[in-house]
Amino acid sequence: MLDLLLFAVLPYLAIVLFLFVSIQRYRHDPFTFSSLSSQFLESRKLFWGSVPFHVGIMTLFLGHLIGFMFPRQVMIWNSVPLRLFILEVTALAAAVLCLVGIVGLIVRRFTTSRLRHHTSATDIAVYVLLLFQIVTGMWVALGLRWGSAWYTQTLVPYLWSLARLQPDIQRVVELGLLARLHVIGAFVLIAAFSFTRLVHALVAPVPYLWRPLQLVIWNRVRPD
Amino acid sequence: MNVRSQVSMVFHLDKCIGCHTCSVACKNIWTDRKGAEYMWWNNVETKPGTGYPTAWEDQDKYKGGWERKGDGIEVRAVGKLRGALTVFHNPNLPTIDDYYEPFTYTYEDLIDSPEGSDQPVAKPISMITGNPMEIEAGPNWDDDLGGSAVYAANDPNLASMSEEDRESIFEIQKLVFFYLPRMCNHCLNPTCVAACPSGALYKRGEDGIVLINQERCRAWRFCVTACPYKKTYFNWGTGKSEKCILCYPRLESGQAPACFHSCVGRIRYLGMMLYDADMVEEIASIEDPKELVAAQRRMLLDPFDPEVIAGAAKNGIGPDVIKSAQASPVKKFVSDWGLALPLHAEHRTLPMLFYVPPLLPVLAKVTDNGYDTSMDAFLGALDQSRLPIEYMASLFGAGNEGVVRYALRKQQAIRMHRRMITVGDIDASEVEYALAEADCTPEQADAIYRLTTLASHEDRFVIPPMHREEAIELLGDETPLEAKGAGVGFRRGPERGA
Repeated sequence: MLDLLLFAVLPYLAIVLFLFVSIQRYRHDPFTFSSLSSQFLESRKLFWGSVPFHVGIMTLFLGHLIGFMFPRQVMIWNSVPLRLFILEVTALAAAVLCLVGIVGLIVRRFTTSRLRHHTSATDIAVYVLLLFQIVTGMWVALGLRWGSAWYTQTLVPYLWSLARLQPDIQRVVELGLLARLHVIGAFVLIAAFSFTRLVHALVAPVPYLWRPLQLVIWNRVRPD
Repeated sequence: MNVRSQVSMVFHLDKCIGCHTCSVACKNIWTDRKGAEYMWWNNVETKPGTGYPTAWEDQDKYKGGWERKGDGIEVRAVGKLRGALTVFHNPNLPTIDDYYEPFTYTYEDLIDSPEGSDQPVAKPISMITGNPMEIEAGPNWDDDLGGSAVYAANDPNLASMSEEDRESIFEIQKLVFFYLPRMCNHCLNPTCVAACPSGALYKRGEDGIVLINQERCRAWRFCVTACPYKKTYFNWGTGKSEKCILCYPRLESGQAPACFHSCVGRIRYLGMMLYDADMVEEIASIEDPKELVAAQRRMLLDPFDPEVIAGAAKNGIGPDVIKSAQASPVKKFVSDWGLALPLHAEHRTLPMLFYVPPLLPVLAKVTDNGYDTSMDAFLGALDQSRLPIEYMASLFGAGNEGVVRYALRKQQAIRMHRRMITVGDIDASEVEYALAEADCTPEQADAIYRLTTLASHEDRFVIPPMHREEAIELLGDETPLEAKGAGVGFRRGPERGA
């Protein structure tokens, strides 16, 4: 019963919350969409936290996404041991970057007086969720080798079963405790995502790359 | 020709008394809020001096403005690709310490302290942490030189000057300074707009005011780096950038912006200018920065030219706006008289706030009767000036001494002309010679004199009709979608996101 709640109900709850709240927030409260950068109050230590964290987390997210979208190709890639090593080492390196980054950011926040006075409960929640996710993820990577191989065999079919609205939790309940914690942590993170400053990832300024540099907005309709 | 209209400004620096009334008027209306305490959308600094934020002109540190690349220009430090590399940590972003840590005092202690043998004291506390703090910087820390060589010697404009000239500025007997009020220039080629990855910054089509859509700003902070004048600010409370809005709610109801309205020395002028938007890129990309001042003047259009009027009408600029542009005092100072110059034009943003360079700190010597208005002074003053022309050229000429000399000579000639009329101790032939040398006629001299000294509120601020009465259409279906994105409509209070 608990397994059903955690692996078949929680995921849908998380996705619905994620979609509903982020769209609702974007439409009705766009002012709150901000990365809430604190570089203005502290810049030097931020470099050692923010840069490795973001590089790491983006690499890891991309890795998980590729595994989810192209499990067969990943398996074929992994069929040569050297290539498996390359993939695993890259992923681990990204995880180390990510861990160093988030720990750096947490230390920075609590050792800088200006930031400590300026930290909200949501900020702390975000740190806890991210740290939990990174630590369990690394633990799984080191303890249950080789993650990139079995991920495509167990979790990817499970995730696809969720996507097809026919949840099949058989494979996931049989995983080790840490792996299950990592999965549950992911869904909690997705559920909490749109309530936090993490929403800035949804408005990453990609269109800037092809936008004309200058922007002029006319208040009134122009006669053309 | 693509005619556009721009609300533009002139500050006459000879009249600025450094009273900071403009700054206080602005602060009381717009930035008296949490996260914005340190912001002075309008500030007045002493020159030579480091200004606010400290040494903002040092572009080796802040990397603001445009830089020339090949035949074109690029945003110097941020922009598209370099921005993508620095989005997680921007090495050129000023921090609160480059401005100052906002502070208040524990005034309650004066009332609530228990009875004791000592007087209670109101201690300074930080407005960020609430902790007691030592005040080591303030919004105007080097006002009136605040320790002269200690602060003023760090002025970045002095770097290009000779050792001798630099020393002469700080000779105590010749010590010289003037005031430089600064605010957003509402540039024609704003780097802040070009650098904003979210598209939150934009220029209003109708009046050229540069604004930040608070609902689209995502705190990527590139605008703060991009503005070479450091006139976009980051609100650390709301996580949004903010800047001068040229008091557009006041302008729209026919009132001058608060800093203009409150100016005690009446140094400020405001009016509509017409310009050719198709020329912006070409002019901003000119190779030699020394030509920028003259080139920018070239792209400003004559509102009396029938071709310009037709072009304006085609772009939806109404006859009332054209009439306003024709009466604009800015047009007179900038286009007709060549007296007003843009600040640091070398950053290629085409700023639309122009300064009449101050003559008083330049004049060579003071006689018993006041400043020397004799022929000798006219001929020699600029070369023996107390404040080297080089310094003025660094500020107002993008390094070109010619345009600064022109503006200063004309002011000198006008002084001689007016002295001849009011005091009568100067020979008419000398005045005639001086006016001719300064490219000025007696009529023009009188017109400049009148607009400088006697101008009424209505002469100084020719505010174009902004047709707020049509604003109701902004809420209707005919509003262009992108204008709705500019924050038109009903608003909620600005609460910090989670």
